[in-house]
Order: sequence, then C-alpha cells, then structure tokens
Amino acid sequence: MNTFNSWLLFIIILIPLIGAASLIFIPKEQKNWIQWIATTLGFITMVLSIYAFAAYSHDAGGFQFANSWVWLELPSNPLFGQQAIELNLGIDGISAPMIMLTGIVMFTGILASRSIQESHKEFFVLYFLLISGVFGVFASLDLFFLFFFYELSVLPMYLLIGIWGSSTDFKTFIRTKEYGAMKLMLYLVAGSVLIWISILAIFTESGLGTFSIPALAKVGFDTTFQLIVFPLVTLGFGILAGLWPFHTWSPDGHVAAPTAVSMVHAGVLMKLGAYGIIRVGLFLLPEGAEQWAPVLLGLGTVNVIYGALSALGQRDLKYVIGYSSVSHMGYVLMGIATLNVIGLSGAVLQMFSHGIMTALFFVVVGVIYERTHTRDIEVLEGIAKHMGWVAVLFLIAGLTSLGLPGLSGFVAELLVFIGLFQTYPIAGILGIIGAGITAIYILRLVAKVFFGKLNEKVWNSLLDNKFSKQPDSNYWERASSVVLAITILIVGLFPFPFMEVINTGVNEILASMAGSL
Amino acid sequence: MNNLTLLLPEIFVVILGFSILTIDFFIPKNKKWILPCFAILSLTGILIFTLVFLSGKTDELYGGILRIDGYSLFFKSAFLILGGILIVSSVEYVNKNLSNQGEYYSILIFTVLAMMLMSSSGELLMAYISLEALSFGLYVLVAFDRYNIKSNEAGTKYIILGALSSAILLFGISQIYGLLGTTQFNEMADILGNTSSINPGLLIGFLFLIAGLGFKVAAVPFHMWAPDVYEGAPTPITAHLAVGSKAATFALILRFFISGLMPLMIDLQIILIIMAALTMTLGNLMALVQSNIKRLLAYSSIGHAGYLLLGLSALVSINQSGNFNLAFISNTNFVVSGIILHTIAYGISNLAAFLCISIIYKKTGHENIEDLAGIGKKSPFLSMVFAASVFSLAGLPIFAGFISKFYLFTGASMQGLIWLVAIAIFTSLISLYYYLRILKYIYIEKSKDSQQINLSVISFGLLSVLFIAMIFIGIYPAPLMDAIHHATDALSMLN
Repeated sequence: MNTFNSWLLFIIILIPLIGAASLIFIPKEQKNWIQWIATTLGFITMVLSIYAFAAYSHDAGGFQFANSWVWLELPSNPLFGQQAIELNLGIDGISAPMIMLTGIVMFTGILASRSIQESHKEFFVLYFLLISGVFGVFASLDLFFLFFFYELSVLPMYLLIGIWGSSTDFKTFIRTKEYGAMKLMLYLVAGSVLIWISILAIFTESGLGTFSIPALAKVGFDTTFQLIVFPLVTLGFGILAGLWPFHTWSPDGHVAAPTAVSMVHAGVLMKLGAYGIIRVGLFLLPEGAEQWAPVLLGLGTVNVIYGALSALGQRDLKYVIGYSSVSHMGYVLMGIATLNVIGLSGAVLQMFSHGIMTALFFVVVGVIYERTHTRDIEVLEGIAKHMGWVAVLFLIAGLTSLGLPGLSGFVAELLVFIGLFQTYPIAGILGIIGAGITAIYILRLVAKVFFGKLNEKVWNSLLDNKFSKQPDSNYWERASSVVLAITILIVGLFPFPFMEVINTGVNEILASMAGSL
Repeated sequence: MNNLTLLLPEIFVVILGFSILTIDFFIPKNKKWILPCFAILSLTGILIFTLVFLSGKTDELYGGILRIDGYSLFFKSAFLILGGILIVSSVEYVNKNLSNQGEYYSILIFTVLAMMLMSSSGELLMAYISLEALSFGLYVLVAFDRYNIKSNEAGTKYIILGALSSAILLFGISQIYGLLGTTQFNEMADILGNTSSINPGLLIGFLFLIAGLGFKVAAVPFHMWAPDVYEGAPTPITAHLAVGSKAATFALILRFFISGLMPLMIDLQIILIIMAALTMTLGNLMALVQSNIKRLLAYSSIGHAGYLLLGLSALVSINQSGNFNLAFISNTNFVVSGIILHTIAYGISNLAAFLCISIIYKKTGHENIEDLAGIGKKSPFLSMVFAASVFSLAGLPIFAGFISKFYLFTGASMQGLIWLVAIAIFTSLISLYYYLRILKYIYIEKSKDSQQINLSVISFGLLSVLFIAMIFIGIYPAPLMDAIHHATDALSMLN
C-alpha cells in the first residue's frame, strides 16, 4: 500500500495525460467510445482523488503521499553543488481538499459534456490536458513544476473557449467567444509572467540552486526582497483568483466557455490562484505577507462588494454567476489576508465550497441555455414548471451562495467572518453586507426566472424542438448536478472531517510563518 | 597531414554536393526524385560516420584554424540532421515550384558544409569564409524561384544587405587584426586578458564585428532585411534562414565569445543588453500587425533571436569584478547550455511551422493568415502539429519551447540580469497574442470551401517526427541536455 500511496499523486496527474494521448488515436467517428473512455478515466481519477483526501492523516500532518523523481540535472556549481529540477509531489491539509475538489468537478464536468455537439475527441483531449495541469499545480512541491503545470492548464483554454464556447449578443452588449477566450488567455498569461519573474527572483536570491518549496521555505529571505516579491506573487496568482481590478477576464471568459470548462475554470482554476498565494506567497515570503496583508484585504473587500453589485446589474444568467464568482473569491482573499487560523481555514473551505457551488450553477445554466438558446433574464420567466430538477438544483446552489445554514457556504463564510472580526472588524461588516447583496441578486433570480409567471407562448418559442418531449435535464446532467449538490450538503452538515484536515494544513503554514517572523 | 582524416565528414559532404550535381546530368526529368533520396541516405551515412568517428576526439587543425571537439561534433551532427530535414521538406515544394533540382539540392548541401565549418572554426578568417560560404549559398537559394518576382526581390535585397554586412564584418576583423596582431580566438583571449586598458580602436573593431554578425542573425537594428527575404524566399529556404543560418551563426558567436572575447565581455555586455532588449521588443511588437504568415514568423524569429542575445549578454555576471573563478565558469556554462537548448527547441518548432506553411501553400497557393481559415477541419493532423509548433514557439508546456525558455531565463537571472529577463518574459506575453491569432484562424474560423488537404507519406512522416521531438524535449529533456552539457564543457575547457 505504501508504494501505491507514494505513486498516488503521480497516477492522478498521469491518468488525464494518458487519456489525452490515447484519445488522439481513436477515430473521431466513435463518439460513444470517446465518451465512455473519458467518463471511465474521469471516474477513476475522481475516486483516486477522493481517496487521497480521505487517506490524508490529519494526525500525522505535513506533506503526505510525498515522492520525488529527478527530472533534469543542472550543471554542478561550486556555490550549491549538484542540484536538479525534481518532480516533487506531495499534499498537505490545504492541497488535499483541492485535489478532491478537482476530482469531483472534473468528473461532473465530463458528465455535463455529453451534450457537446461537435469534435468530441479534440474537446476531451484538451479537457484532459487542462485537468492534468490543475492536478499538477495542487500536487507539486517544486516551483518549476508548479509553474509547468500552471502553464499546462492555461494552454488549452483558448481553443476550449474559442471552438466550443458561445457568444453573448444582446444587441447593445456583444461579447464574442473569441473575445472572451483571448481576454482570458492574455490575463492568465500576464499573471504567469509575474509568477515566472518572481519564481526566478526567489530561485536566484536563495542561492540554493533548487526550486523545491520545502527547501526554499527554510531560507528566510531578506525583508526588502520579500516586500518587493510578495506583491508580484500575489498579483500574479491574484489575477487568476479574480483579484479586483484584474477580474474582468473572469466573467467574460466564463460566460463564453462551454459548460464543463466554465465549471473547471470557475470551480477549480480560480482556486489555483488563491492556492498559489498561500503556497508561494504566505509559505515562502511570510514577512512580505504580513506587511501586505491589509492591501490584500482591501482588494478582497472590493472584490466582494463590487462583484456582488455587478452581479446585481447583469441581464445574462451566466454573467450573474460569473460576477458572483468574483464576489465569492473576495471572501477567499479576505480570509487569506486575516492570517489567523480561523480566517485562513475559512478561506480554504470557501475555496472548496465555492468550487462545488459554482460548478453546480454552471451545469444548471448550461442545461437552460441548451434547451432555450438564451440566458436573458428578461426573457426567461417561470421555467420551474417545465424544468423542476433544474429549478431545485439552482435553488440549492443559490442558497449555498447566500450562505444558508446547513449548506457548505455558511460554514466557510462564517469562519471567514469570525477571522475577520478578530483582526479587521470593519472589513468583516463590509463582508456581511456583501453577503446581503448576494441574497438580493440570487433570490431575485430565483423568484423571476424560476418561479415567476410562465408565459407558455414565449416558452414554446424558446424551447428547442429537440427537447420538446423532455425539457428538463437528462440523466447525465442530473447525475452531474446531484453529485455536486450532495457534496454541498455533506460539507454543510458535517464540516468537521474537512475542518480537521484543513486546520492541519493552515496551522503548519501559520507555524512556519511565525517561526520565521 | 595525418589529421586531415579528422576533416573526413566535411570532405564527404563536399563529395556529396558535387556528385549530386553530376548525377543530375544523367537522370531523366521524371526521375529527379532520385536526387533527394540519394542526398538523404548519404547525409544519414555521414551523420553516423561523424558520430562514430569523431566522438571523443579533441584536436586542432592547421594551427588552430579549425577545432575538432565535443562542441563542433554536437553542432556538426545537428546541422547534418537539419540538412536532411530541409531536403525532405523541400521535396514536394521543389517538384511543384522550382526547376533545376540538382543545383538546388547541391547548393543546400554546400550550405550544410559551411555551417559545419562555422561551428568548428577557431579563427576569425576561417569564420568569415565559412560564414560567406553559407551566405552565398543562401543568396542563390533565396532567389531560386526564378519566375517569382517576390523571390527575385528577396534575393536582391538579401545579397545587397548581406554584402554590406560582410564588408562591415571584414572591416571589424581587419581592425582587430591590426591592433592585436592575431585572428586566433585563443591568442586574442590571452592578449586581452593581459592588457589592463583597452584600445578604443579595438572596441570599435569589436563593435563592427558585432554589427556584422547582428546582420546575419537579424538582430535589431540590423533586422530590416529579414521580413522581406523571409517572405519572398521559397518556404523551405525560409526555414533554412530562420533555423540553419541563425543556429550556425550563434554556434560561431558562442565559440568566438567564450574562447576569444571573455576578458572583454564585461565591456561589451551593455551593448548586447541593449541589442537584446530592442530585438525582442521590436520583433514581437512588429509581429502583431503582420498579415502574411511568413512575415509574421520572420518577426517572431527576430524576437527569438532577442532571447538568444539575452543569453549572450548573460555570459558574464552583471556583478563580475574581473576574476573568473569556478562559480563563474559554471554559471556561464549554464547560460551557454540554455542558449544551445533554446536554439534547438526554437529550430525544431520553426521547422515544423514552416513545413506546415509550405504544405498549405502547396494546396491553396496562399500565405496569408486569413487563408489558414478552417485548416483544422481540412487536415486535423497537420493543424495539430501546427498548433503544437505555435505553442512551442509561444513557450507553453508540454512542448520544447517552454523548458528551453525557462532554462535560458533561469541562467540569465542567475547572472543578475533579472530585469532583462523580465522584459523578455513580458515580450513573450505579447507574442502570445499573435500566436493565438494563428490558432484562431486554424481552428475557429470557418473555411469557404471544404476541400480536404491530404498529406503525402513524406510530409506525414516528417511532421510526426518533428511533433514527437517537440513533445519529447518538452517532457523529458535530460538526454538532450546531457549532449548539450558535453558540448558546453568542451567549449569552456578551451577557456
């Protein structure tokens, strides 16, 4: 079992890659084969990722499932001897839930992709590349590979959105999918530019000749250096996390993307950013984090309020979800900025909770869009009558979003608020106001779009003939969204197993920070 | 004369070049395919012979004019492989568009010879002569499409500017010879290392030399010829210009800088830094507005030359105080390995990209980016390789371009040039925009017609080889890096 455990993370990263490589060789006419191979591999990976979380022992703590392989030897240097770039894998209490999150969202994304109309093969090849990259970032303990996998997850985005995405056209407000794809890609790579520069700066400054994160964490960098590099790291990863004012790619990109890609992107990829801030920023540059935390907190607060207000003003159903992501990622950033156990744990739990919740939102909106070919809130009204499942599932996601007790969002946001009141009470109040605005836009949406007065004429003109027999979601989409909804309920009702693991990770990060301050 | 045997690979290449010219007389028009087959088989033979015969041998010929060592062995094999790839990728293009096949292939082989000599020359005049041999071959090849006005125009521009740059180069060499009394790299290093003050005339000589070499690698501000020539030349020759000629010139520059100019590098560094910054910024900015795909790749290759120049400027540390200790040498080795790796990765990606363009041109007769519309549907494999090469040029993983850029930039920042590296990384963000535009036309735009593009067996084979090479280097660069380290070690031992 030990050998299996030490290879587990490698296998989790490898299976999607193998999937991508093997799908290339399957003739594109074999749609069923492609679907089933993708679903099977996705399922196996999800089970393994859940196992990774469940088997993570919070008593032992530290980096588990760790293993490393020498990848490329660097020329030997008298300053630091023979060093090598190593594929160094391992997860702690913070990355373990992220791995599981990726597994669940990825698999439900595959289930929701049954309805893709063209080029299944290419879609799944690129999708698997994306997944492999995401797993890789969460599992890497080496700055080089963290960056490698980060770029790998960015690589397929342009094509995924550009080919299979959808454009928004409201006459007065037009956003083509190419625009969304290009914007998202350039923003993400702009983030990676800053990350790359700071990785090189950290590497050079340490003088160790290694990219290994645990080794670099022991260095204790010069204070000035930390003050300069921490904002670079935070901005670089922050762009990915939707940090205001660099969040605009997120609504545009997520709206343009096909359902599964929106799910993975809003659900998991944005968490990569927050995770990067914790792993690289807080862990390697604690003094910088200490000094810059108020700024991060301020930006996070703007995220929450601004994102919620923007969501309030949207006409496109998917844009509402897009801006709600921006708003919710604000809580994560605020939680990180508290730099105390409760706030940081809340932030990590919020990452998990928001990932699942937003994936559920996107499945549901994807179903509606596919049936009616519109996402216009002005047009859609009272669709719950014909789409019962969809309405219920949207309601679950919505209530999670506004923080109803018993659902995962409540626990996470509560922890963030408690953490905030310990350090910055005013930001805590603003955060609660943000939650209030969230309640307004979600409930307004639920009231009108789902439970408003249905006009059968409009409905019939909207509904695609293909779906006239069964306008509600099909079994695959139901399976996909029910898995997500159950996860929300489990986390909401029994948060303690999750909190134990997360607390272990958070305590270690904070202890390492306290040790070097 | 015993060590004449060490030149056997070059001698064989000469014989091959002449025998192709001769065989050409005796075979009828419809059997010309024999020529490339013969050439490729012979080049493979010579490659194997070179690897077996020269491995581990270190020697100098004619009092240091030519050096046989691990470095030259590495580049000789690389250029022989490159020659083979260029010939394979030319076959269909030449059949369809060019006459006088014999001359085409033999001149191509002579340019391979010139490149091999460039990588092993240890003296300025030899370097100059081999560089000229390469350039003359390329002048002819660029203008080889006789009835195409663009090709003629490109040839004329290239020869005029090329002659000018050669004159500048030669002036620089004579200035250096006049002041130092030697053209040997090693002796130059000795003299420069022992003098404390540098004659301004000497600095001018080196400036001229750098300007002349800058022309050959199309570094800003000596890049003006590149886009026109790249656009007009037959596509396989464009690939040659972008890959072969650039790689050979960098091989020459590296040896010259490392074994001859090291004591002076601290003084020249600022010039190289400025050139590198200008080259990568301008190249990538100008590429944004191009509509012809070959011009676009021309500017992108100017940008890449900028990254290589960044490597050159990082040969010495910015904080170097003059004493060359062991740490210094190993950092320099790091950077040199990075330059070589990036040259190879960039070369493979560019070869793949130009091969795709040449295949598309053969079918459609167009070379504008708009004409790439819908290729993704017409030929999935071709577009996959094209996309991969574009991603590799943009520096995204799992392709070769990612690791090579990362390695080179890491080396440069270890030398204290992190600000220049930051500029380089920002320009690669700019480059992403035009690379993505190519992808947009390939995959997202719909094509007007639905005519399929069928790949011949040759193209399919070559494309797969390049595709696998890109991914292999990107995922597992260790074997290639081993070979590169051997080459680099050979170079620094001379120091």
